[in-house]
Amino acid sequence: MQTRFSFGGDEHIFAEVGEAMSLEAFFKSLFVTNAVRDAKIKGVTEICPANASYQIKFDPDQIKPDDLLTELKRLDTGSEKSEPVIKTRIIEIPVLYNDPWTHETLMRFRERHQDPNGTDLEYAARINGLDGVDAFIKAHSSAPWFVSMVGFVAGLPFLYQMVERKRQLQAPKYLRPRTDTPKLTVGHGGCFSCIYSVRGAGGYQMFGITPMPIYDPNQKISYLRDFMCLFRPGDIVKWKPIDRVAYDAAVADVDAGRFAPIIRDVSFSLTEFNRDIDAYNRKLDGVLHGH
Amino acid sequence: MAIKVLKPGLATTVQDLGRPGYYHIGIPLSGGMDRHALAAANLLVGNPEGAAVLEAVFMGPELEFTEDATVAIAGAELPPKLDGEPRETWTSFKVRRGQILSFDFLKQGARGYIAVAGGIDVPVVLGSRSTYALGALGGFKGRKLEAGDELPVGKVAAAVKDGRTVTRDLRGQPAGMPTEVRAMPGLYWHRITEAAGNGFFSDTWKVAPEADRIGYRFKGGKSLEFVPREPPFGAGSDPSNITDACYPYGSIQVPGGTEPIVLHRDAVSGGGYFMVGTVIAADMDLIGQLQPNTPVRFVKVGMDQALAARKNRTELLGKLRTALA
Repeated sequence: MQTRFSFGGDEHIFAEVGEAMSLEAFFKSLFVTNAVRDAKIKGVTEICPANASYQIKFDPDQIKPDDLLTELKRLDTGSEKSEPVIKTRIIEIPVLYNDPWTHETLMRFRERHQDPNGTDLEYAARINGLDGVDAFIKAHSSAPWFVSMVGFVAGLPFLYQMVERKRQLQAPKYLRPRTDTPKLTVGHGGCFSCIYSVRGAGGYQMFGITPMPIYDPNQKISYLRDFMCLFRPGDIVKWKPIDRVAYDAAVADVDAGRFAPIIRDVSFSLTEFNRDIDAYNRKLDGVLHGH
Repeated sequence: MAIKVLKPGLATTVQDLGRPGYYHIGIPLSGGMDRHALAAANLLVGNPEGAAVLEAVFMGPELEFTEDATVAIAGAELPPKLDGEPRETWTSFKVRRGQILSFDFLKQGARGYIAVAGGIDVPVVLGSRSTYALGALGGFKGRKLEAGDELPVGKVAAAVKDGRTVTRDLRGQPAGMPTEVRAMPGLYWHRITEAAGNGFFSDTWKVAPEADRIGYRFKGGKSLEFVPREPPFGAGSDPSNITDACYPYGSIQVPGGTEPIVLHRDAVSGGGYFMVGTVIAADMDLIGQLQPNTPVRFVKVGMDQALAARKNRTELLGKLRTALA
């Protein structure tokens, strides 16, 4: 994989590892940005890994743009020797699929959708060749997903499905973006799912909602006291479909400060994963649920 | 000491020089969109140049002071009034306890910076007092001001005289029409044809009504023609789509190839639209002072010119510091 570099004005270097999304490109972006962080290069102010690219912001008064570019190219080439293994976390995210709030919103913006007569879930099921909404929910929630980027807005994870490419769920964005999306909506656009960390504009298809906050600027929620954003690039997410009763109970637990998300440390090897994806995902499920 | 907000203006927020270090999780820099004017307002009242001020856009607030204070307004030509009496912009003046600061209609520019000696003393969040409204973070309760808010003001470090001013040559405001904004082509420049690239830099664009702290949209130029391609996996089917990537500050994305958007200090940190290049850091302040409908030309520059412009801007700030020392 040959990385393409470009200056983004006088304060950024943009590096495209791959034009297409792949776990290989994501791992490389993660490794190079880790190496840049470890190198503690003078003048570097922001280090941002993304799905299949990364971006470094710098102060050209402290380091010459060409000097930083040379250093980045060196680190980029060097990262290819790294064994693709990361120490990370697997996090269970409960989801009420087909919930009333995203349903109300998607009906309100129906004229901006490819299929004005159906719902986002019905549409996504059909274009992915699945037999109805339940089959789609099963396909969405049975395998884990990688957090391949955090951003757009504060703490929003982009998630990449950990299955063979031919099984990956895909859906276009809305024809025209909505001006409203409920907070904590589970959305999907292209090959990426996401969780909207805040209420606002959005163009992804809407599948459900999680009761579990992932961003808390006031840092009152127990598991967000150390830092206001839950997700980091490299985290692994497993969706857990829940019903309305479980959703309401979880919301009450969050409000009462009792909600304890399931988060486990795990080591992930891309080589072993690629050898037998289903077996590896079962192993990850075992780590999550302690069996 | 506090300031009571009687009328909030259109979208008045607390801003300082911003919050670097969290862009990788989607929290943008924030801070004043015209940093030079923000620094000038602070220096006029004897504050450190990065103290928190109020950034008022298009329309000023109405504020009541509970104690005597020294204030200054810099940036846009947003004429201040004290108990209805006109005061000068770019000039420090005294406000007595109980007096009301209000503003006349905007004459020029877009954003006025209201500095108060002592600085607006809202809590520091992740190293900054700046408001990031989309994330409900920082500033006054994470949002724009509302009537009835009471803003705390910090202790005055060094009292200064009133009547201090900034001469016109040190203000760094946009000059002439159309406004020229310098940009370096790059990022996904190769996605458009050569003719489209030439058109982008030769057309005159106009600031669209959708212009805010997240980004400035421009319209009126020719649509950009794309180089044909097979969409890469994960990018999406539109020719303007890319596999979601980071967006530089100042980057110029063109969704659908029609209306360019320059991301500013509350930028969304990434997304799936290609970018033709990036506005140079030295010209970002100018964008913060553009009103809707202002004609704008993007001027193509290279790194050397960008760094030279940066040096000029730094020297201007140096002269401002000396003048107000």
